[in-house]
Amino acid sequence: MTRVRSQGGDHWRRIRAIAWKDLTTERRSKAGFNAVVSLGITILVLFGFALGPDAQALRDAAPGALWLAVLFAGVLAFNRSYQVELDTGALEPLLLYPGARWTIFTGKLLANMLFVGLLLVIVVVAGMVLFAVKVPDAWPTVIAVLALGAIGLVTLGTFYASMASRSRAREVLLPLLLFPMLVPVLLAAMQASKALIGADMMLEAGAWIKMLIAYDIIFVLATHLAFEHVIEA
Amino acid sequence: MTSPASSLEIQVPKAGSWPVFGWFTLAFLVFAQWYAIATSPADRDMGDLQKILYVHVPASWIMSITFALVFVYSLLYLWKGKDSYDLLAASSAEVGATFVGLTLVQGMIWGKPTWGVWWTWDARLTSTLVLFLVFVGYLALRAFIDEPQRRGQWSAAVGVLGAINVPIVWMSVRWWRTLHQMQSTPQTMEPVYRNGLLINFLAFTLLAVYLIRRRYEAAMTARAAELALQVAALRGG
Repeated sequence: MTRVRSQGGDHWRRIRAIAWKDLTTERRSKAGFNAVVSLGITILVLFGFALGPDAQALRDAAPGALWLAVLFAGVLAFNRSYQVELDTGALEPLLLYPGARWTIFTGKLLANMLFVGLLLVIVVVAGMVLFAVKVPDAWPTVIAVLALGAIGLVTLGTFYASMASRSRAREVLLPLLLFPMLVPVLLAAMQASKALIGADMMLEAGAWIKMLIAYDIIFVLATHLAFEHVIEA
Repeated sequence: MTSPASSLEIQVPKAGSWPVFGWFTLAFLVFAQWYAIATSPADRDMGDLQKILYVHVPASWIMSITFALVFVYSLLYLWKGKDSYDLLAASSAEVGATFVGLTLVQGMIWGKPTWGVWWTWDARLTSTLVLFLVFVGYLALRAFIDEPQRRGQWSAAVGVLGAINVPIVWMSVRWWRTLHQMQSTPQTMEPVYRNGLLINFLAFTLLAVYLIRRRYEAAMTARAAELALQVAALRGG
């Protein structure tokens, strides 16, 4: 019994160490985060040009534009998350440390979660201002939708980046692999957000939230199981 | 690095009587098409346009089979680590992508005169397109990685996750469409159409089996050549 507990503690320590390492690197340079956030806001502005200037059209398109901005900006973050290690040849030593490999994935996942979470908050606030969206009454549910969508996005993003960042064509490969896989997350998150910003007359949001939860659980488990195979090769 | 070449050689599968099987499949396919077209009367609403049913529906059937094959072979590869499973998964994916592409194009050809548009964001069309893109991603990943071991492990992971996603994509797209507006295309099928369809299901399945097998042979040959090059390089160096 004590052994099981101490093993769990080991895993958790490892996960924290990886996440802390990634976040510290990011915090010290800040260049990555600033660039990614700027890109997210730029994409929002471009959506404004594409869909505006009619205020109503902008408001209707806001959830889709927000999620796409986060998606496109997030893709850069995922590849970055392995870039530092690859540039300095630190991935192999990391793999040589004793202990379960999946903890590396979980650690990176947590770090990316925080990174993309911050990005999401900034882009959403900017989007609400730019697209003139009022704070909806059901704002706690909207936050839940944003969090669930971000979990799906970051889980698959971090997983596919572990391959794409080590391949020849990482810039094109990651979106090519990731975007079709994320269709359910994007549909669910966009539709739920849209329903919640409106009055949710047809009570759609609940069904979409359930789908998001199922998707997140399935892919968090599947990516953790598959990561061992992917990182070794 | 000095292991004997014999342990590094790959048993390339022989063509055997598969070419004969291929000719038989072709003949059967021609017969099945002829039978279906000859026995089915022109549809009341669609007229002879209905005949596309006999290539469209079997092609989409192959799509589901190949997705299942990619899933099974990818899992087997992750479990057993045998090259043949990796290459069978890849061959299935290639054949699958071809048939999904065919399904989409045939659907458009049918859709233009029937619905008046080449494309509509109908649930089935949209989810097929998304799954086609998943296939494309899988094949692109394989194309971008040179090292066989890595290519096998990675594409197996992508194949398994992609297959897991099939029902989720299908459901989400369906909800996306149906929660807003109901779109119904009633397709009750008369027996006179059904026989032609069933025989074409069989013909297309044989065709898919044949294509996957020959792609697999080619892939194993290419793999053996890769390995021979590596062995030669190690010896020479």
